Amino acid sequence: MIGLILWRLALVPLTVLGVVTILFVIFKSVPGDEATMIAGATATQAEIDNLRHQLGLDRPLPVQYADHIVRLLHGDLGYSATFRANPLPRILERVPATLLLTAAAIALTVAAGIPAGILAAAFQHRWPDVTVSAGVVALLAVPNFWLGMMLIALFSVQLHWLPSLGLTGPASLVMPAIALAARLIALVGRLMRGIVIEEQRKDYVRTAYAKGLARKRVLYRHVLRNALIPIVTVIGLQTGYLLGGSVVVERLFAWPGIGDLLLTAVGLRDYTLVQGITVLFVIGFLLINLLVEVLYRLINPRLR
Amino acid sequence: MNAPLFLSAGATLLLAFLLLALFGHAIAPYDPAAQDLLAMFDPPSADHWLGTDEIGRDMLSRVIVGTRITLAIACASVLFAGTAGVALGLIAGHFGGATDRIITVATDLLMTVPSLVLTIAMVAAIGANAVGLVTAITVSFIPSLARLVRARVLELRELDYVEAARAVGMRHPRILLRHILPNAVSVIVIELSLMAGQAVLVGTALGFLGLGVQPPAPEWGAMLGASRQYLEVAPHVAIIPGLAVSLLVLAFNLFGDGLRDRLDPTQ
Repeated sequence: MIGLILWRLALVPLTVLGVVTILFVIFKSVPGDEATMIAGATATQAEIDNLRHQLGLDRPLPVQYADHIVRLLHGDLGYSATFRANPLPRILERVPATLLLTAAAIALTVAAGIPAGILAAAFQHRWPDVTVSAGVVALLAVPNFWLGMMLIALFSVQLHWLPSLGLTGPASLVMPAIALAARLIALVGRLMRGIVIEEQRKDYVRTAYAKGLARKRVLYRHVLRNALIPIVTVIGLQTGYLLGGSVVVERLFAWPGIGDLLLTAVGLRDYTLVQGITVLFVIGFLLINLLVEVLYRLINPRLR
Repeated sequence: MNAPLFLSAGATLLLAFLLLALFGHAIAPYDPAAQDLLAMFDPPSADHWLGTDEIGRDMLSRVIVGTRITLAIACASVLFAGTAGVALGLIAGHFGGATDRIITVATDLLMTVPSLVLTIAMVAAIGANAVGLVTAITVSFIPSLARLVRARVLELRELDYVEAARAVGMRHPRILLRHILPNAVSVIVIELSLMAGQAVLVGTALGFLGLGVQPPAPEWGAMLGASRQYLEVAPHVAIIPGLAVSLLVLAFNLFGDGLRDRLDPTQ
């Protein structure tokens, strides 16, 4: 177990290096470099050339690449035109808000998706099941940003219950978390319904009932325990959606996370900042996946 | 639940959207760009069934004409990603060895970048327009398709009839196209129709963020992005394009899920 964690941790820098290389190639192959962006439309060619020299952009590409990697190892992402410096500290200060949002979305997924699935399975083909199943189909089709807008229209504009912008307290977390979690709630709900229906037909459940155990006890002690593994798997598989989706949701709610900063960077054509944040997302993705795998092994005795 | 019903409901909806995309300009009651400054933010009425937007353009006409943009972006991305992903997956799975390792490492690397983040970073590099959008969505879809096709090929490669084809001296392209691809088609088609729904979600999300198709084109995501600031005065401007997006995604999802139940009994 420890060996696995260490091995996977050792792979993180290697993966990040690969992604950094791909990003370097993409951003070097498009017309217009950082110098032209920083100098602006009114700059003369001489000014651009001068800037290019200062930023080291007139050197051969392999040299620039090597320099880029060495600087990254020292925690230097490069010159960001937005912050007029290495943007790393400014990116890191926005990480907690994004972590808070994604953690809240996962908590909401578990709290809403699992009971919804159990409810649907318990009343199979009757109205609670039909309602939940229709809800699943609907939630998988609705864009998260539009769901967020509809929540704002209802709970902020009409009812004045919840704030619609920024991170101002626990109440401000509610709508962004719902918008981000909607898709996951649907996936977990559908999965849970299927598991409970399938497990109920199995011998061990019949035996448990035959022993005279109450329905609730069979459900919680036996079925739920077996359902945990696929549910952790599906949430792990959706890590990419969670992180990507957080970008759109953060922009809609002016949430002060790294997704919102990424869009600001794109708007300002600050390629250094775009690449830095993308790499941070990759690191987040790898660490969350590692966490999921550890969890997976902890709850699945066959893999211990 | 009810697979045949899902499939036919999805197909019917898709057909309706296809007709709107092809003949939208003829069907739309108004010119989608025509402004009527005396009828700004009109709620739905007999003249404007779905109301008007911030400069008095007819919402119904804009949503109808916008169908073509969203559907074209989704279909183009899925078609390009499908071609490239299937080709890479077939090559990796069939040849194995160093070729396989290079393709697998590249796809694994790309899959560590959250798909929407990759799309946004690529649009930042290429440009916020339809071409940039299609390129970015295509690239973000290729890895998972290549992985899926590769896994299917690895399964099929071991089967006797492929072995036999190889033994009689059949050449690689022929084995791949005549014997392996046809048996992977159902998996691919299911995946592509579900991906088309995802492409609609990603395309409109980028339009919403101002990184996709730019206004004044009646693209649904861009319309939603513009409507954000008018939620207090005119919620109908935000409701209608969102419903259109949801319906189109629903159509692709129903079609894909229905197809899966029909073609792939193992799932």
